[in-house]
Amino acid sequence: MWLTNLRLSFVLLLICGLAYPLAMTGISQVVMPAQASGSLIVDENGKVLGSELIGQNFTDPKYFSGRVSSIENNAAGSGSNNYAPSNPALIERTQKDLAAFLEANPGVKQEDIPADLLTNSGSGLDPHISPQAALVQVDRIAKARILDPAKLRALIDEQTEGRSLGVFGEPRVDVLKLNLALDQLK
Amino acid sequence: MDFLQIALVLVVLLVLAIPMGRYLSRAFALEETRLDRFFGGAERLIYKLCGIRLADMSWKQYAVAVLVSNITMVAIAYLILRLQGVLPANPSGIAAMEPLLSFNTAVSFLTNTNLQHYSGESGLSYLSQMIVIIYLMFTTPATGIAVVMAFMRGLTGKRSIGNYYVDLIRAHTRVLIPLSIIVTLLLVAQGVPQTMEPTATATTITGAEQQIARGPVASLVSIKHLGTNGGGFFGVNSSHPFENPTPLSNLLEILSMFLIPASLPFTFGFMAKSRKQGWIIFGAMGVMFLAFLLLAYFNEVNGNPALERAGLSQTMGSMEGKEVRFGIAQTALFTAVTTAATTGTVNIMHDTLTPLGGLVPLGEMMLNCVFGGDGVGTINILMYAILAVFIAGLMVGRTPEFLGRKIEGREMKLIAIAILVHPLIILAPTAIALATDMGSAGISNPGFHGISQALYEFTSSAANNGSGFEGLGDNTPFWNISTGLVMLFGRYISIIAMLAVAGSLIAKTPVPETMGTLQTDNNVFLVILIATVVIVGALTFLPVLALGPIAEWLTIR
Repeated sequence: MWLTNLRLSFVLLLICGLAYPLAMTGISQVVMPAQASGSLIVDENGKVLGSELIGQNFTDPKYFSGRVSSIENNAAGSGSNNYAPSNPALIERTQKDLAAFLEANPGVKQEDIPADLLTNSGSGLDPHISPQAALVQVDRIAKARILDPAKLRALIDEQTEGRSLGVFGEPRVDVLKLNLALDQLK
Repeated sequence: MDFLQIALVLVVLLVLAIPMGRYLSRAFALEETRLDRFFGGAERLIYKLCGIRLADMSWKQYAVAVLVSNITMVAIAYLILRLQGVLPANPSGIAAMEPLLSFNTAVSFLTNTNLQHYSGESGLSYLSQMIVIIYLMFTTPATGIAVVMAFMRGLTGKRSIGNYYVDLIRAHTRVLIPLSIIVTLLLVAQGVPQTMEPTATATTITGAEQQIARGPVASLVSIKHLGTNGGGFFGVNSSHPFENPTPLSNLLEILSMFLIPASLPFTFGFMAKSRKQGWIIFGAMGVMFLAFLLLAYFNEVNGNPALERAGLSQTMGSMEGKEVRFGIAQTALFTAVTTAATTGTVNIMHDTLTPLGGLVPLGEMMLNCVFGGDGVGTINILMYAILAVFIAGLMVGRTPEFLGRKIEGREMKLIAIAILVHPLIILAPTAIALATDMGSAGISNPGFHGISQALYEFTSSAANNGSGFEGLGDNTPFWNISTGLVMLFGRYISIIAMLAVAGSLIAKTPVPETMGTLQTDNNVFLVILIATVVIVGALTFLPVLALGPIAEWLTIR
């Protein structure tokens, strides 16, 4: 009985734990190498700039900034502070970020700031913000780069991904891709 | 748009679940079917390699086989975790896992719980991710499916409850492996990595360096959901953009984890030769699920009143701990599904749910029969069905019968044990954790939410769910040992008790249906069943829910 179970365990371990994931790796790497390797964005010199699926930290006022990340988008790990809705530390952080945002973006009304911009994503690596969260930063970036705000709004519109199949999920903008496009803008 | 996308997912699920239910009833038939021609070759090879005899088993032989095979698996898993530092396929140079954490992790994956007191990126080598985590992610739901098949044969069959090894292997070859291959490839197409390359290093456009952990993720994420396992490759599970990159991958993961639990009631209908019976069981679970889903959705969409007062607009809903690509609708749906199917995968941080939104996962795990994990959830709802027949029978003065079999003292005692164990192993350890320093030291959120954190951890362990209010500092000897034991009790006591019930029922001479028989395939029984679940299953937990989420809600609303 024990011997049977030992043999069974090893057979299943070889099938499920080795053959299956290795076969899946092989097939994926051949059929969909870009996705299977982490959707990395590479520049013309072959340098890795990041992954289009993983958020990055942007603090420079010339760039669109993403969501709050307690781990500063360090994708060697993942996580957040797990603040309960009643946690005073959550209120404190939000008030501090609100004040800082209003100072960096003069002219923006407090009630126009969408909630996603000043909340911590679950993963701490959210690559997206809502289109409203990008629009609310337009005036600051236009001023810092001496650009026409209308051009920036057009860029955001162009970079906005709609709902999947027109129904599922939410409209969103990938901050890294938006900022890469921003650097191309003349 | 929110309601449309939620409704569409549920319709697709139903469309898939009915044929899947029929398929499962054939795939596990004791008689020969056409499927044997297709899968038989591979299965006979495995029987031969392992020296398995194909004779029918008594319930005791079946239970012993479950236990011995599971003990073997957990021992192998523990050894590998302890030795991962010196084993190959470890490109990021991860050290051995310490003994208590290894115990907790091995038990957690053995019991289909997948509570994780480690973080996958830094705690496990690629080899461990594959031959411990993925391996157990197949074998444990397969064990659950095997046991539910044995249980349903006990309620509906005549010949025997079957052979454990045959059921276990068929669950792999006919269900989990083929489905996992399909789902893995669909996930990679959405952007989930599947590579043996180590962590990537990127130089950002502002000149900073970013490390990006990756690995053989997709092959784990697919079986994580199909097997209602729930343990993530990464610490933050399916909220990580590499585990769940798009709304479509989210849809795929929801359907994967709900497919088998939702189709098993139909399988039961086919086996009982009464499709209506299957629909009534499905309907009772469906009604409870919808109530929980709506509670979660409306609480999250209304936002956090505390943040509103702090000056942050909440028109988008409560976004702390959530991902922009999913928004409120896909998040509420995922949360309701993952704790109904006791998978435990998360696409948000449950700790950050609004107070009553957080009551939803807690409540579903406390009932533990709103669809439930692969196999065991169906066993639980059928257990409640037998209890409902018994109570209704007592009220109208009739001998309780279920599907033509008399329900007597022996079955009721076993069911009473299984039902009472669940609140006991949640409430007693929660009380100990809150009363002692070694327990309460892990609590990270102040006030009433702290009570919810400890309560959630044990509820999740007992229901073999595995999600957490993850702010809890749970990698300590107290939490590793206590949750490890709760997970073991939560899984095996009810499995053994229910195999005994199956063994006892199959031996009974069926009684003919008369005018006096309580019908179990109509809407009246659906209501009785829900009432039984609510009265017996839920009321026990009301006081502790009042101390945790309800009190927190009253303080911030």
